[in-house]
Amino acid sequence: MSPLSLLAGLGVLAALAALAPRSRRVQLVAAILVAVEAIGAVVSIRVLATDHALMGRTTSLLPITGVRIDLTPLGALFTLTTAFVALAATIHWLGYRRHAMSSVSATSAFALFVTSLLLVPAAGDIVTFLVLWEVMALSSLVLVAHDHASRDEARQAAWWYGAMTQGGAALITLGLVVLGAHAKDPSFSSIAASARHLPGAARAAIFLALFVGFAAKAGLVPAHVWLPRAHAEAPAPASALLSGAMVNLGIYGIVLTRTLLGVGPAWWWLVAGFFGVISALYGSLYAATSTDLKRLLAYSTSDNMGLVVIGLSASGLFYASHPAASSLALVATLFLVTAHALYKSTLFLGAGSVQYATHERNLDQLGGLARTMPATSVAVVIGALAVAALPPLNGFSAEWLVVQSLVHGLASADPVTTVATTVFVAALALTGGLTIVAFVKAVGIGFFGRARSEQAEHAREVPVSMRVGPGITASACVVVGVAPGLALTAITRASAVVAPHPSGLTATLAGFHLGALRGAVDPLALALGAVAATLLVAALRRSRGPRTAAKLRSFEPWGSGRTVTSARMQYTATSFAEPLQRVFDDVLAPQHDLDVSHAVESRYYVERVAYASANDDVVERRLYRPVLALARWWGLRARGIANGSVHRYLAYGFVVLVVALVVVS
Amino acid sequence: MSLATVVVGLVQLALVVVGGPLLLGLMRRVRSRLEGRDGPAIAQPWRDIAKLAHKQRTRPTESSWIFAAAPLVLVATAATVAALGPLISLTPPLAASTDFIAVIFVLLVGSVALALAALDTGTAFGGMGASRALTIGALVEPALLVAVLALSLPLHSTNLVAIVADGLRHASVLVGPSHLLALASFIVVILAESGRLPVDNPSTHLELTMIYEALILEYSGPDLALVTLGESMRLAIWLGLFVNLVAPAGIAANATAAGLVLGVVAVTLKVAVVGVVVAFFEVTTAKLRLFRLPELLAGGFILALLGVVTGAVMR
Repeated sequence: MSPLSLLAGLGVLAALAALAPRSRRVQLVAAILVAVEAIGAVVSIRVLATDHALMGRTTSLLPITGVRIDLTPLGALFTLTTAFVALAATIHWLGYRRHAMSSVSATSAFALFVTSLLLVPAAGDIVTFLVLWEVMALSSLVLVAHDHASRDEARQAAWWYGAMTQGGAALITLGLVVLGAHAKDPSFSSIAASARHLPGAARAAIFLALFVGFAAKAGLVPAHVWLPRAHAEAPAPASALLSGAMVNLGIYGIVLTRTLLGVGPAWWWLVAGFFGVISALYGSLYAATSTDLKRLLAYSTSDNMGLVVIGLSASGLFYASHPAASSLALVATLFLVTAHALYKSTLFLGAGSVQYATHERNLDQLGGLARTMPATSVAVVIGALAVAALPPLNGFSAEWLVVQSLVHGLASADPVTTVATTVFVAALALTGGLTIVAFVKAVGIGFFGRARSEQAEHAREVPVSMRVGPGITASACVVVGVAPGLALTAITRASAVVAPHPSGLTATLAGFHLGALRGAVDPLALALGAVAATLLVAALRRSRGPRTAAKLRSFEPWGSGRTVTSARMQYTATSFAEPLQRVFDDVLAPQHDLDVSHAVESRYYVERVAYASANDDVVERRLYRPVLALARWWGLRARGIANGSVHRYLAYGFVVLVVALVVVS
Repeated sequence: MSLATVVVGLVQLALVVVGGPLLLGLMRRVRSRLEGRDGPAIAQPWRDIAKLAHKQRTRPTESSWIFAAAPLVLVATAATVAALGPLISLTPPLAASTDFIAVIFVLLVGSVALALAALDTGTAFGGMGASRALTIGALVEPALLVAVLALSLPLHSTNLVAIVADGLRHASVLVGPSHLLALASFIVVILAESGRLPVDNPSTHLELTMIYEALILEYSGPDLALVTLGESMRLAIWLGLFVNLVAPAGIAANATAAGLVLGVVAVTLKVAVVGVVVAFFEVTTAKLRLFRLPELLAGGFILALLGVVTGAVMR
């Protein structure tokens, strides 16, 4: 208990240190937070290395139940991932504070947010878990509402986020409390022991409540609507943590549900898989058509969490028929969770650096940053290639493992599972393709080409700390990609907590080998081969060129016979995604508005043409707006019931009393 | 990784590097003949590459490092796959980890690099080419991966060497409906991935209809030579893998000298035949409108899906 109580104590100290004078505030809090993150990392590495859970209990902190700590290797994996991402975000923050997030409230909320993120996976009973979960939700809400004074979007985002996260928390509380009512104490271990004796219908209801609650945290469609708003409006270090650490805990919750309730019948996982597929496709489609850099990243988070849930469903579906494939699916899923944390935090921190340098998030206003911000753009390119699942980066390994688990699970699947598995593979493939479009667009339009605005043209590279932050997460993407050995050992131990059957997967320095299940891939060998070939061809290109004019000459690019003078003639993010938008017109239902005004003198002369196109979230428009409108209508109608008249209220009390008496008798 | 497997890899690499442009020349020649023209010699692509290699390199004024790097990445990724794939022998280097999905994704790295370079040129053409190429790439992906899933069914492995070896050993696998449906969908995938008709017209230079040519419009000199070489290598690799999945006969089961010679001859002949068929098909087909392509690609996806379903049912 002592290292974690030290962690919690230092976290609270960091939150209080936010009261320090403005000039030293962020440095002081960041210094304490780095210590907090280091403790979190060391504790979780020790748990993973010894494969032995860290347990502890104290009655002095919370009344009645006390605080119970049970950091299993599964939780330790999440804490370690969070610690790493939080370290990068904290370092980035040291520079970013000149742009935003230096107020007392933001600084203090950030400290609490980091601390609670590190501690949630260590919670060993319901009360500890829910208290930490709420601290995490509320502190992040303060960060999402950071720009509330100046931006209407930030206020909107805070409302949506607050409502969705509290709704989710209500369902989680309900599910956990019902579960806990049947156990002898509220600890997760005794709940898991007693849940087996619950009737099937009750377990199913609890599963659904917990799944929906945790899925809302993970940003699964249709509960994703808060995500593009909150992730886009929060300051960069906070959005890196929202996307790199907090959504992971939604996934942790679903895995926890499985440990508490057991694997359960197949239909649970078919339901989960359905939402996974929908999220993956919907998220990647919106990522491919978004023009706002941070919204694009947020939709991609929703898409990745969909893929993760697909992996979890596969693990649940194969559990009875093919235990090795089931375990492999879980390992693959956890690999994907950590991979996503690394590359998405790189990208969010990179997007923060772009915002710092240009005050711009709209891709249609960016461009050419590869020349003006070389270090940042290299980190972002690595992150983007990792999301796009290109070898030899960690995203590729994760996706390969997920596909392998599906291929092997198909070996002994019943018809329903066969169909589901095939749909999973198809969804994974289409999502992969759309993700490539999305991130080639993000990098190609945002960082390459010519600057599309004044701000982008005069962008300057960000301070050192803002390059180091995304730099370390980007390097981790490469290292975990080419040498997966250590990471995979930790992930296998974490997965064994839930699915003890060995998957047979081993990692050498070079790559993955599936053992009894046939299959292997060597990202390191592929990378070395490709790099060697690149160097060889580069040497050839140099040696074959004419000696006299070896220098590369620059020319104006081809502009159909005219000289290209304007950067506005380039493709923009909108035009880049236009073919996809037309192909998926029925799904996206984009809104176009063309307004032609004619000259007064003659209808044959056009004076002005105004064109507006909006690509807002179709789930929000078609599902949430009508419900909200209905709630508003009911709220207005209900005013008549409660009009302030004391007589009427007394009459209500009388009627209810009479009805109650009649019912009771 | 023994010496023999390294030799196999180097022979395959040499075959693809030399043969790729020749395959392109052969297909152009066949097309010209069918169109009633004499057409350029089969070796013309090589002559073009040799000529371009001695010209000066140019780049658009505001391009960055990716523009210079993309041709290298394109050739290097194609070379990696050429050395590792089961083209002439079942014993390429690292045969145990020659995974189908890894092969696809390594080739994808080349496409992505080229698309980024096209956006880097800062022109409308580059953006247009990149946008269209990647849209098609995204829509091809489901058909491709589900076809791989169908091919993996008999062995429950996506190891490419194992799948080809299984076809060589059990001819019954090759005529199974699941295998045939998967390969039918593979044809659609190859036509789309390598930019042939009816997806893209490789000989067009009409600005508004071209996809691939717009993508590489700004390349000249040695860079253009590399891009041409890389693209022809990719075409040769796709067709080489396809013919070995359809009819692996002739591929060397081990790395003896005689076996390798036979393997080289066999794969060259098979690829040449398929190349001629594709060229014949191209002459008789019109290019599809860009927005009709999803229907073709969805058709490919349905074929692959049927392949998986029949494969699972017949088990």
